[in-house]
Amino acid sequence: MTTASQIVFWILAVMAVVSAAGVVLRRNPIHSALFLVVHLATLAAFFLKMRAEFLATAQVIVYAGAIAVLFVFAIMVLIPGREETGPDPLRAQRLLAVPVAGLLLVLLAVMLRSTLFAGAGPAQAVPGGVATIGRALFTDYLFPFEVTSVLLLVALVGVIALAKRRLA
Amino acid sequence: MIPASYYVGVSAVLFVIGALGVLVRRNPLVIFMSIEIMLNAANLAFVAFGQRYGAIDGQALVFFVLCVAAAEVAVGLAIIVAIFRLRRRLSVDELSLMRG
Repeated sequence: MTTASQIVFWILAVMAVVSAAGVVLRRNPIHSALFLVVHLATLAAFFLKMRAEFLATAQVIVYAGAIAVLFVFAIMVLIPGREETGPDPLRAQRLLAVPVAGLLLVLLAVMLRSTLFAGAGPAQAVPGGVATIGRALFTDYLFPFEVTSVLLLVALVGVIALAKRRLA
Repeated sequence: MIPASYYVGVSAVLFVIGALGVLVRRNPLVIFMSIEIMLNAANLAFVAFGQRYGAIDGQALVFFVLCVAAAEVAVGLAIIVAIFRLRRRLSVDELSLMRG
């Protein structure tokens, strides 16, 4: 039987894989960045489908709103349009990367089959919503949450220090 | 309802695509995008496992991954811009200064 939920899942899965492949395969980095935006939006849709509304919103705000813009901005600043057109000095290694990635996929599949698919019960509905995840963040995960703020502050200061050095 | 194992399967495929991108590409910007794909694959797996066990912890962890990804991209792009100012070129194969 094919329900609407399954149809949506497969459409999203194909979109996610195709857009990820687009990021990797396109030569022009700006095309990769635009494929990345599609990919991130697809993952936000996945989160919505799994009833993780807060994460879907955070995904759109943080990734599509901040990270994707940062990528496009960096591409515009650096204009690296023709970096990967010349002859490849490490061509053998790059060709070797494909079977290595295939091996990684096989290993992951074997591992997942032995652990996850063994007792595949039906998925349970998580009591989602902002209230639940907020309560988890401010009780069980309070210390990591505070450390995160320190991390963001360190990143902020570090980026300013890195970016300003040459101007001084 | 879709079983969580399907989501984890999609996540594994996305992770491998991201790993392939890190190995194959020469442009550090695209390598960063591939790392983002891998982080997102891990996020998808986190949420799927949280759904499978009926726990909110998976979603809380994804929140932290989002923060780390934001910090990582900001610092990484700053480093790339600094390298570009220094070398006027952008290829990871030429950055062998720290090889030792």
